[in-house]
Amino acid sequence: MPKYIVTIGLEVHAQLKTQSKMFCPCPVEYGSEPNTHTCPTCLGLPGALPVLNEGAIEKTVLTGLMLGCTTPPLVKWDRKNYFYPDMPKNYQITQFDLPLCIGGGVPLYDLAYPKDVQKNIPNPGKVVKLTRIHLEEDVAKSTHHDKFTTIDFNRAGTPLMEIVSDPDIDSAEEAFAYLSSLRQILVYGGVSDADMEKGQMRCDVNISLRPEGQTELGSKIELKNLNSIAAVRRAIHFETARQTEALDRGEVLLQSTRRWDDDRGETTLMRSKEDAHDYRYFPDPDLLPLHTADILARVSPSLPELPHQKRARFTNDYGCSAYDADVLASEQSLAAYYEAAVAAQPTVAPKKLANWVLNDLLGALNDASLTITDCPLPATALAQLVAIVESGKISGSQGKEVFAAMLATPGTDPEAIIKEKGFEQVSDTGALEAMVDEILAANPDKVAEVKSGNEKAMNWFTGQLMKASKGKANPKILSDLLRSKLL
Amino acid sequence: MSLTTLSLTELRQKLTTKEISAADLVRDVASSIEARNPVLGAYLTWDLDAALKEAESADLTQPLGGLPIAIKDNINVEGQPCTCGSKILAENYTAPYTATAIQNLRQAGAIPFGRLNMDEFAMGSSTENSALGVTRNPAALDRIPGGSSGGSASSVAGSIALAALGSDTGGSIRQPAALCGCVGMKPTYGRVSRFGLIAFASSLDQIGPITRSVADAALLTNHLCGFDPRDSTSLKESVPDFTAVLGRDIKGLRIGLPKEYFIDGLHPDVEASVRKGIAKLEALGAHIEEISLPHTEAGVATYYVLAPAEASANLARFDGVRYGHRSSSASDLMEHYLKSRSEGFGPEVKRRILLGTYVLSSGYYDAYYLQAQKARTLIRDDFTKAFEKVDVIVSPTSPTPAHKLGELTGDPLQAYLEDVFTIPANLAGLPAISVPCGTIAHEGANLPVGLQFITKALDEATLFQAAHAFEVG
Repeated sequence: MPKYIVTIGLEVHAQLKTQSKMFCPCPVEYGSEPNTHTCPTCLGLPGALPVLNEGAIEKTVLTGLMLGCTTPPLVKWDRKNYFYPDMPKNYQITQFDLPLCIGGGVPLYDLAYPKDVQKNIPNPGKVVKLTRIHLEEDVAKSTHHDKFTTIDFNRAGTPLMEIVSDPDIDSAEEAFAYLSSLRQILVYGGVSDADMEKGQMRCDVNISLRPEGQTELGSKIELKNLNSIAAVRRAIHFETARQTEALDRGEVLLQSTRRWDDDRGETTLMRSKEDAHDYRYFPDPDLLPLHTADILARVSPSLPELPHQKRARFTNDYGCSAYDADVLASEQSLAAYYEAAVAAQPTVAPKKLANWVLNDLLGALNDASLTITDCPLPATALAQLVAIVESGKISGSQGKEVFAAMLATPGTDPEAIIKEKGFEQVSDTGALEAMVDEILAANPDKVAEVKSGNEKAMNWFTGQLMKASKGKANPKILSDLLRSKLL
Repeated sequence: MSLTTLSLTELRQKLTTKEISAADLVRDVASSIEARNPVLGAYLTWDLDAALKEAESADLTQPLGGLPIAIKDNINVEGQPCTCGSKILAENYTAPYTATAIQNLRQAGAIPFGRLNMDEFAMGSSTENSALGVTRNPAALDRIPGGSSGGSASSVAGSIALAALGSDTGGSIRQPAALCGCVGMKPTYGRVSRFGLIAFASSLDQIGPITRSVADAALLTNHLCGFDPRDSTSLKESVPDFTAVLGRDIKGLRIGLPKEYFIDGLHPDVEASVRKGIAKLEALGAHIEEISLPHTEAGVATYYVLAPAEASANLARFDGVRYGHRSSSASDLMEHYLKSRSEGFGPEVKRRILLGTYVLSSGYYDAYYLQAQKARTLIRDDFTKAFEKVDVIVSPTSPTPAHKLGELTGDPLQAYLEDVFTIPANLAGLPAISVPCGTIAHEGANLPVGLQFITKALDEATLFQAAHAFEVG
């Protein structure tokens, strides 16, 4: 049996985080009473007209900048014609041949891959090429009941960005990584919350198989109704297997659209190519073409540092491990927290701070079901604690106790907790020296052991001294004193 | 004597001197409607109580204070019907919002009163395509009033409205005004907000006044125009006082006669009337010269590709899902669409939806729609070149006088050709006005002829100046 090459392209729809809808001033708010955020324009009433939401255009242009796209000097708006009850005008205002963004790519982050393949990423550092990004209006939401359908027009006319990739994805795992990397970037730019489970990001998959050695792509099969990133992965696996079997049987696959059923874990035919719509695109005469130079100039300064750029800076400048840098950069708020901690204590090694943030802080937040944005412990306070531990004033394990106390009682000064718990180490060299002299004088046999080369006896002294100081002796100073007197 | 024969300026004087009240005026218009509308069929509906209520609080200090203005039935006024002359909206649609043009009129003190018949969705030039009734020409009751704003022209010429609003996509204000013997003016595309005007062809539609005098048209235009943030094609241009130029002479004004407009299809009596009008302009001191608009011939074909294309999408929303006629016998979604729309739309609307759908279809788009867009650019360029040489272009408004009712209904292509002189101004987005230019004795009736003036974009002032000089000269 021949081997097949899988080619995948994704069409992602992302809801933009704007105050108002794409073409009218109605608020964008999900979960409100049905049909309360509507007006003549988003209801498609006769005579109502669309007016562009500049915020939506800016957010799309920003997305383009983040993904390295080109924004053409002139863009325009087109009508896509088809009838469906959730579409108030029975045409959708979208962009056909002059979209807001062209080209660009999505870098696939290591941590964006499914956990089970992160150790064995086939194509590390891959950037999936994009075809285009355009802006359009969303349709209303239909709810099908037993004998009728209800329509909620609150969603009608909300801004939707469509991000179309090249057929540049080779596997279900890459598709998974593409979607989670893209989501990370969209969230970074503040353009979309991009949660597939909440419908803020929707994805159609185009997948085709061709025998190895053939250059021409196989028939394109489009998959719809994919409601999570995990479902995309499952659907591609299923479809790859289904098409492989069909081709092995000698079947000829035809261009078609299939629906993914996540419960049954299979795809079923929705429509074949013959039933494809003729959308009769033409320029929307209600909206003028738009010159983009001003918008680009306005948006460019707000281009954020992206996850992969942060990651590189964290490894290069802060000495973080690649993995630590990946995790720290995965969320903008986490990265911001970390950088605030680094800035607050410039003398502490940033790598040490990274350990505290990733191991202690994230662990504790996770246990408390909190996210970094509602973290009760300010970055400066955590940094202060780490600085105290690093200075040797308290031990590492004492530091963890202080950390727990700080989390439990937000706003408490670490010094106060240390004092309260009596953790302050004795670092006074004079007092410690007296203790050392005393114990050396009392144990001449042990002194002899050390001097004869038995280093273990040295630990005995340390243990005794710690016990005598009730754990408060600074272990580093203690060890230095012992060494200078015995060796 | 009825007040409805007086000019807006005369009525304003009576109102401000308290000789009459706004309510008197509304009642007077209403009684003339009741008396004459059964014959003319210009109005579809009128709400006297609502108008009287508005009259009570009318601000007479405003420039249009207390003047009832009749509205073509495709401009939304909250709480009133807005049928577009179609069954699809006649049953159950009451406008839930008000068009910007109406808000502007109200701001100036006017009272929108009465809904005027029209060709269904403004598609036609005889008002015979209305699904809701016949409208007659006051000059000859067995003849069409023109269209699509036939109700507007008939009501104004028949003195059952003081003035009316129409909409003009390919001549729908100017042609009925010409055929009924009144003044019809289409402003520059973008001057008057289209927000609330039910779209036929969005890139061509423009609201304008139909009046009995150029002065009345200028006064209404003053208060219709202005930038509207709710219409993206609205122009951010200041609006001069168009009445300020009335009375200025036209000595030395350069007037161009496009040779392509004096053609075989032009009715000889209409041509004679128009030539007489031109001689009058020359006598008033204008400099007349022949010009060429070489792509005129492509105008009708271009229009009948672009306008139906836009209409096919604009009218898609009438699907019976949210408002309008909903078929009671559909058993599934596709049948719901097919039946609701087939029952709701009349034959001309269906013809144009089919035409528009066809020219946008994959495989035909380049040959029709794209080609028509290119032709539109050439037609626009013709005017740009012509206005380097002349200030105003003058032509007949319509090649023929008003037909008899029913005379052309079987021949849509012939009807389309009647728009040949008015369409180019829409394609080029230019302001144009039709002014009465005598009458011709024709088959036992005296039928009005209109003279069309066109200027470059935003130069309505020159348009009113020339038209007024001609009207009074």
